[in-house]
Amino acid sequence: MAAGTIRFVLNGEVVETGVADPTRTVLQFLREDRRLTGTKEGCAEGDCGACTVVVVDRSGDDVEVRTINSCIRFLPTLDGKELITVEGLRGADGALHPVQQAMVDEHGSQCGFCTPGFVMSLYALYRDNPAPTRRDIDDALSGNLCRCTGYRPIIDAAQKMAARDDDWDAAAHRKALQDVGRDGSLETGRGDDRFFAPRDIGTFAKLYGKHQDATVLAGGTDIGLWVTKQHRNLGTVIYTGNVAEMLEIAKTDTHLEIGAAVTLTDAIPALLGEYPGLAEMFERYGSPPSRNAGTLGGNIANGSPIGDSMPALMVIGATLVLQRGFSERELPLDAFYHDYRVDDLKPGEFIARIRVPKAEDGDIVSSQKWSKRFDQDISAVCTAYRLRLDGDEVADFRMACGGLAPTIRRASQCEAAVTGKTWDEDTIETACNSLERDFTPITDMRASAEFRLVAVQNLLRRFWLETQGEIDTTVYGYGR
Amino acid sequence: MDARAVGKPLPHDSAHLHVSGQAAYTDDLPEPRDLLHLAVGMSSIAHGKLRELDLSGVLDADGVVDVCTAADVPGENNYGSIVKDDPLLAGDVVQYVGQPVFAVAATSVDAARRAARNAQIVCDELEPVLDPLTAVEQASFVLPSETLVRGDPDVALDQAPYRRQSRVSVGGQDQFYLEGQIAMALPQEDGGILVYSSTQHPDQVQSIIARATRREAKDVVVICRRMGGGFGGKESQAALIAGLAAVAVDKTGRPCKLRLDRDDDMIMTGKRHDFVIDYDVGFDETGRILGIDFEFASRCGMSADLSGPVNDRAMFHCDNAYYLENVRILSHRCKTHTVSNTAFRGFGGPQGMFAIEYVIEDIARILGIDPLEVRRRNFYGKGERNVTQYHQVVDENLAETLFDRLLESSDYARRREEIRDFNASSRVLKRGIAMTPVKFGISFTNTMLNQAGALVHVYKDGTVLLNHGGTEMGQGLYIKVAQVVADELGVTIDKVRTTAADTSKVPNASATAASSGSDMNGKAAQKAAARIRKRITAFAAHKYGVSEAEVDFRGNKAYVANRIVEFPELVREAWAARLPLSAAGYYRTPKINYDRSTFSGRPFLYFAWGAAVTEVVVDMLTGEHRLLRVDILHDCGDSLNPAVDLGQVEGGYVQGVGWLTTEELWWNDRGELGTHAPSTYKIPTCSDLAADFRVELTRDLANTEKTVYRSKAVGEPPLMLALSAFHALRDAISTDDRPLPDLQAPATPEAILRALQDEPDE
Repeated sequence: MAAGTIRFVLNGEVVETGVADPTRTVLQFLREDRRLTGTKEGCAEGDCGACTVVVVDRSGDDVEVRTINSCIRFLPTLDGKELITVEGLRGADGALHPVQQAMVDEHGSQCGFCTPGFVMSLYALYRDNPAPTRRDIDDALSGNLCRCTGYRPIIDAAQKMAARDDDWDAAAHRKALQDVGRDGSLETGRGDDRFFAPRDIGTFAKLYGKHQDATVLAGGTDIGLWVTKQHRNLGTVIYTGNVAEMLEIAKTDTHLEIGAAVTLTDAIPALLGEYPGLAEMFERYGSPPSRNAGTLGGNIANGSPIGDSMPALMVIGATLVLQRGFSERELPLDAFYHDYRVDDLKPGEFIARIRVPKAEDGDIVSSQKWSKRFDQDISAVCTAYRLRLDGDEVADFRMACGGLAPTIRRASQCEAAVTGKTWDEDTIETACNSLERDFTPITDMRASAEFRLVAVQNLLRRFWLETQGEIDTTVYGYGR
Repeated sequence: MDARAVGKPLPHDSAHLHVSGQAAYTDDLPEPRDLLHLAVGMSSIAHGKLRELDLSGVLDADGVVDVCTAADVPGENNYGSIVKDDPLLAGDVVQYVGQPVFAVAATSVDAARRAARNAQIVCDELEPVLDPLTAVEQASFVLPSETLVRGDPDVALDQAPYRRQSRVSVGGQDQFYLEGQIAMALPQEDGGILVYSSTQHPDQVQSIIARATRREAKDVVVICRRMGGGFGGKESQAALIAGLAAVAVDKTGRPCKLRLDRDDDMIMTGKRHDFVIDYDVGFDETGRILGIDFEFASRCGMSADLSGPVNDRAMFHCDNAYYLENVRILSHRCKTHTVSNTAFRGFGGPQGMFAIEYVIEDIARILGIDPLEVRRRNFYGKGERNVTQYHQVVDENLAETLFDRLLESSDYARRREEIRDFNASSRVLKRGIAMTPVKFGISFTNTMLNQAGALVHVYKDGTVLLNHGGTEMGQGLYIKVAQVVADELGVTIDKVRTTAADTSKVPNASATAASSGSDMNGKAAQKAAARIRKRITAFAAHKYGVSEAEVDFRGNKAYVANRIVEFPELVREAWAARLPLSAAGYYRTPKINYDRSTFSGRPFLYFAWGAAVTEVVVDMLTGEHRLLRVDILHDCGDSLNPAVDLGQVEGGYVQGVGWLTTEELWWNDRGELGTHAPSTYKIPTCSDLAADFRVELTRDLANTEKTVYRSKAVGEPPLMLALSAFHALRDAISTDDRPLPDLQAPATPEAILRALQDEPDE
């Protein structure tokens, strides 16, 4: 294999290709270079799902099958993996795959433009879950928009597709992945547009120390848009996705240690194991393709004031292990952000892992989203709470919010108004008033300043009601 | 076995291609050698005089071959079909953020889009008008305001025992077709041009390009095999995209493709009109409307586009299913410095119906009776109280029938009680329910557009090639028309292939719009096929010495008296006997007539009816909500294809729910649209579909008009079933001390919180 060549499996065939532009997207490669036009561009920002494809990768002794948005995924990140597109699903006999046949039988396509993406999301569900509930289906399809059908026939197809078997052979896929696997780092690109995919954290730190103006790329769910929407040149790119240490989830007696490159798909179950109160927020977080690509470290490092994981991580006291060269330091997440997209990272420094304290008995932890749509919507407001009660009295109260300030941050006035007080309605009302001193939100397309405040106050009231045993406090699960 | 295709739930003709990625959309077509890709440079201000356009940075960028400005449009710089006020490229003035100012042609999509950002566009800014109410104040209109009066509304209002005056607004909506706007134009020999366009109206693309590039219609061929969704957004707007591609072809001499990025598409192209609705209604203690005065102000944007007929249709549908004896409708077509709004499924009808349904709900809440009863009280009568405000007689009235059936099947009364009990005991969550009717007029209100053509070939092997003026955007038009043709010729559906809409095959076709596609093209194709059938019948009768009545065709066989002949064999013999096996068919919708100067006549051949019950749950703390259960009964006449029609009903309903709940268009005070991508503009997703979703077509109510197989149009009407969801939300948040929550559409969580924060009603 020539230096700088990447190698992966595409619909059963090994592809070897040079990389002139490391930020060429998988979608561009498929449609323009390979004339595989089944995969569509609907938005080029990872929101509509028309470009959904499946990536197969090794997972322990097995393989994992996951959807991604090909429109914002850079081609060299596929090195060593297998890519399946809608053209690759038919059986050896040329017959439609059971997923495709179910979509035909149930009238699941109208204009058909979103259909290949739906088929790929359904295919991943088919592999994963032979008897999906409606809620499983809703989640599996939350990253795919259909404007024609109203979804009912697609849901029916999802419920019926498992009735037929396909000719999946996991061992063959694992073998194919072994064949295209790479031992060392990948280095590719041309001129100033270099792409590095190191395999260990030492190499990563060394590379980043050398190329301090490089773009650190994780899942690319935001960086992809810098290219497709803003047409930015990223220069040198260093990819976290193959760094072994950054892909680990470790459990100590006191902490969960989540590598910065662990995908949200892998990180969320680990977090929910400790903090089940975060379930609703994480169910509403992105969609499978964005969670399969996006990482916990990337969400934090990107530093968006509307990132959904950070309020929760702040209240539970998560810290960041920051590495530069071979030296590490640890910083609480709530000290990480200084201003809008300004953080504490020094040149050449990066987030190595996130340390999440284990839950303490009796702590009540919850996180809530407020947005126009339930699934796959960026929060207008996101809140998180950790309540520690001593009888009726509040021993400690933490609250953090997104969508209300230039950074995600704690609601310190509100916390002070609650801590040490009786956990009752009067305290909550005082706390609600103090939120107006904590935050001066802005008006934008997601919500007005005025109603962001109303919402955060009401979300706090709802949290209080929930601690009082009130049921039916959220429409999210109601009737599902 | 019944070999008939009509009435069967056949899959979409392209379903097997959709699911395997083999259905070719415009961007999937093989690209010709030397193809150039275009990107559009847009105005960044809402209103201004163009002082300087410096494109040197654009021309110097990598991969750029050429640029086009207004000066490069050889002919008429316009894509407006009714009023010529829509420049392809802005000349002296810019009138909205996103208005195309120039196009750049480069060797790749990426190069073109990067280069477009290098332009220096210098403008002298002018004061923009950014909302319809300001436009009314300043008398800023794209077309004159129109008034329709029937009876004496002033006297009726004065004498009414109850009266309410209020205002409500309903938002616009982006079509959000999954396939963005796109066209590819190729130079042809002898000055011809061939254009692949994602368009609902190839004929208009053809004529706009002909005028813009100084060609004649015969020199321009426009082809569209399928669109990845249209919803009205590719009725007039496609001509802008294709027009720019054609202009660039003439400037560069090379094939050119313009595919809009999603954000550019949403910023540049028109949407559903948002309306501000003022109403003054007088009614009696039973809820009957005695007099009503409506004033509509709609955001048309910077040009007329289709705003005239859109607003006319709003005036024609603000009765919905109700008799308005004394009514005045004043309709303002407001000029704003925002994108020119255009067609979107329903075409003004939804906004008109929104108005009257809001009024009905107000009346019910003021009187404290179930809105259902107020609806019944105002339904058009049978034989009396049955003339619309535009003087068309409602002779087939299904409102009561559908309500009666749905009331029972949805268990409305019991659920109403159950909801009352739930709400009494639930603090945070409240449920609500509403039942609304739909009556939607079918035909283009502009009578001349109600015509269609088709072309049918029968080949020597007995297979059939079908072409008609209708375009396929996912609505299943091609399979429905193919079913009609298959039955007319007695062949199975697999023997019929439908080819792309093509201006060189069927000329002068109307837009596939106004829900008219299968009514008109189905009839035209049926007539073409019937002509061929007649010739073969006569031939067979003559050959075998039987009467023509003894000849029949079904299942790829000809039944000639007691003889069975394979259809291909008979066709071959007919060909050998030198009979023409190709025919054109033509249809014009009968009975309709309409005088726009008086707003009177019979604009519609018939009405499509429907009814829906929606139940919702609302979080009173956050305004977030979910649909719990939906029951729909919709009238498709004798459906040509119940699976396709069901898909239209379900999809239309969900799209309507999006319009009225999550889909919010948000502009800032500079006239910049903030919601221009799926990250910020939220159409319904899978989990938004009610867990309990029960949709039925009426199976026993044939169209009383002689439409194709007595079917009914189904494209647009179901969208308005979603009004039941909006009113269920309003029901959920209304309380004894706030019976008339001031809920505006779309009912986003914020809109609901706003309504809850208002002072309680007096």
